[in-house]
Amino acid sequence: MIRTGKPAAAGNQPVRRVRTSAKRAGRGSGGRAPGSLTYGALIAVLVLALAATGTAALAYGSVKIPPAEVFDILTGRARDPSPYRTIVLDVRLPRVLLGAAVGAGLAVVGATLQALVRNPLADPFLLGVSSGASAAAVSVIVLGVGAGLATTVTLPAASFVGAFLALLVVYALAREPGGGFTTSRLVLAGVAVSYILSALTSLLLVVSARADHLKEVLYWTLGGLGSARWDMLAVPLAVLAAGTALLVALARPLDLLLVGEEGATVLGLDTARFRAGVFVLASLVTGVLVAHSGAIGFVGLMVPHAARMLVGAGHRALLPVAALMGAVFLVAADLAARTVAAPQDVPVGVLTALTGGPFFLWQLRRGRAREEAAA
Amino acid sequence: MTGTWREATEVTEGKEVTEANEVMGTEEAMEAAAEVVEATGSAAGTGAVRTLRTEDLGYTTPSGRRLVDGVSLTVRAGETVGLVGPNGSGKTTLLRCVYGALTPTAGRVLLDGADLAAAGAKARARRIATVPQDGQTGFDLSVRQIVAMGRSPHKRFWEADTAADRALVDEALARVGADGLADRPFGQLSGGERQRALLARALVQQPGVLVLDEPTNHLDIRYQLEVLGLVRALGTANLLALHDLTLAAYYCDRLYVLDGGRVVASGPPGEVLTADLLAQVYGVAAEVAVHPATGAPTVTYLPGPPQRTPAR
Repeated sequence: MIRTGKPAAAGNQPVRRVRTSAKRAGRGSGGRAPGSLTYGALIAVLVLALAATGTAALAYGSVKIPPAEVFDILTGRARDPSPYRTIVLDVRLPRVLLGAAVGAGLAVVGATLQALVRNPLADPFLLGVSSGASAAAVSVIVLGVGAGLATTVTLPAASFVGAFLALLVVYALAREPGGGFTTSRLVLAGVAVSYILSALTSLLLVVSARADHLKEVLYWTLGGLGSARWDMLAVPLAVLAAGTALLVALARPLDLLLVGEEGATVLGLDTARFRAGVFVLASLVTGVLVAHSGAIGFVGLMVPHAARMLVGAGHRALLPVAALMGAVFLVAADLAARTVAAPQDVPVGVLTALTGGPFFLWQLRRGRAREEAAA
Repeated sequence: MTGTWREATEVTEGKEVTEANEVMGTEEAMEAAAEVVEATGSAAGTGAVRTLRTEDLGYTTPSGRRLVDGVSLTVRAGETVGLVGPNGSGKTTLLRCVYGALTPTAGRVLLDGADLAAAGAKARARRIATVPQDGQTGFDLSVRQIVAMGRSPHKRFWEADTAADRALVDEALARVGADGLADRPFGQLSGGERQRALLARALVQQPGVLVLDEPTNHLDIRYQLEVLGLVRALGTANLLALHDLTLAAYYCDRLYVLDGGRVVASGPPGEVLTADLLAQVYGVAAEVAVHPATGAPTVTYLPGPPQRTPAR
């Protein structure tokens, strides 16, 4: 702490300099900076973890394939013709890639939404954004809107619009007059909108009396990666890469959002314009991913939290770590979804909810303890 | 950049010393301070401003309550101007209009004659800094991260902080006596520590104008004196809302007294702070005497009914 030589304004002049003791805290803890050695090491570890999880996801399932064989197939050195080639390359690999993309995207969007509403309990699923995307996608499928156009475009586009509208509604409902977001308002508004939209999704599918409608209800409301095919990967991967890169570039203004509207404004951020941009970006990434995976919950809640514990809340460091952790988490969750009840596929959203729900409750309790401590 | 800031400040400080034995806040003193600032180039780095002026500034809430009404005031570089007045007199609203959190419903805010409304949020933040009302955050940003945000208006949004930025942050933290706090989570600071960290952030913005609403709130008396002394020595145009009239009299070159959103008195503290005015505006009985040691007016409040009922 600071020590001044003598009582300040004893004389006739204002104090001129605040003297400080030489004591300095080490620079350690408070958020590892991108570019530092520890941050680089963390990224490397996460990349390795993703590779390991990915390999496991390619090797295990209803058919077990030796990991060595998986490597050979991936590198094209497998003895020809390998009986597992099709399973690894055409069935499991696109699924792993989609899982990684969806996990990474949901985590990045989760972190972004949390900054937007300044509340760590935000998540695209809990805020109804994913349900908005699902409902819009299902409307397109069932009502045949835009039929004839390539569904690789119409479906994600519709999901984007649905996600955007749901986010707008929840944001408007949850926002306090002063610009703040209390947890209760946020969760209530999100859950209500999310339920209405999920119900709409189910209703549309059941009424349409499509052959597999129950399975489709499960897919769209709880999510799943079973539809992954090579020819549909390009759009989600491209949107994920571009969206994440853009959000990392926007790390500085995202940080400013954390200190509140007035704080951000006096630091030179045009909050209204920036917020509008973030709305569009977050909806776009969520919408496009949900169009290919259904509404998978809680990834965007848990992963950013874990990533913050590692690198702090600064977004430049946070978002890449969250993306990698999200990818690892969802690939692992999907592997579990394929194996726990094999040969049945459990919707992966069931597993993420089973882990994320208790986490959410724990956070809620912690938040309350923190509020009480502050009061 | 850092060098200029520090040198300019020290020159201004020197001026302060020679001026201090005379009655503080005379016109000459202000002019002299402003000249020093101009002569040394930018007083506070890139955001140098010579004059902040409000012109018939007014703010009426959407529900029709007029909180600020036709306020015209001037603050020059090197000058510290105090805004005093009872609760609800419009001090905070006026300041928020000046630093851009509110858009005035009447009148203009001018920086060196240019209308502030025409400038973008970023251009404004390069020239005007403030300590905004406490924005609690549920996220653990370190004090260093919070202070570094003050560099934002000087950066393209994708630019990372450079070594020079980090040096500015360290220096600002040291100046407010918060260098030991750099790696602490901001959310765990006490009110006074938080106040100093946010002041450091305002310094890092290198503004020409510093607008502070109750900068001594939460601070114990030593830091109150140090913070006000520090602000005064910056050479920026300072506009401060202050509750403590004795502190205001001591540290401000001029005071504006607000009541019901209007300026009811202005001028050097010695002329403005009178028993009559205190009775009229605050509705309290008080004695104002020039303190022999400080040479500034000192207010002593007397219990009991005011001499006159407040005109409100």
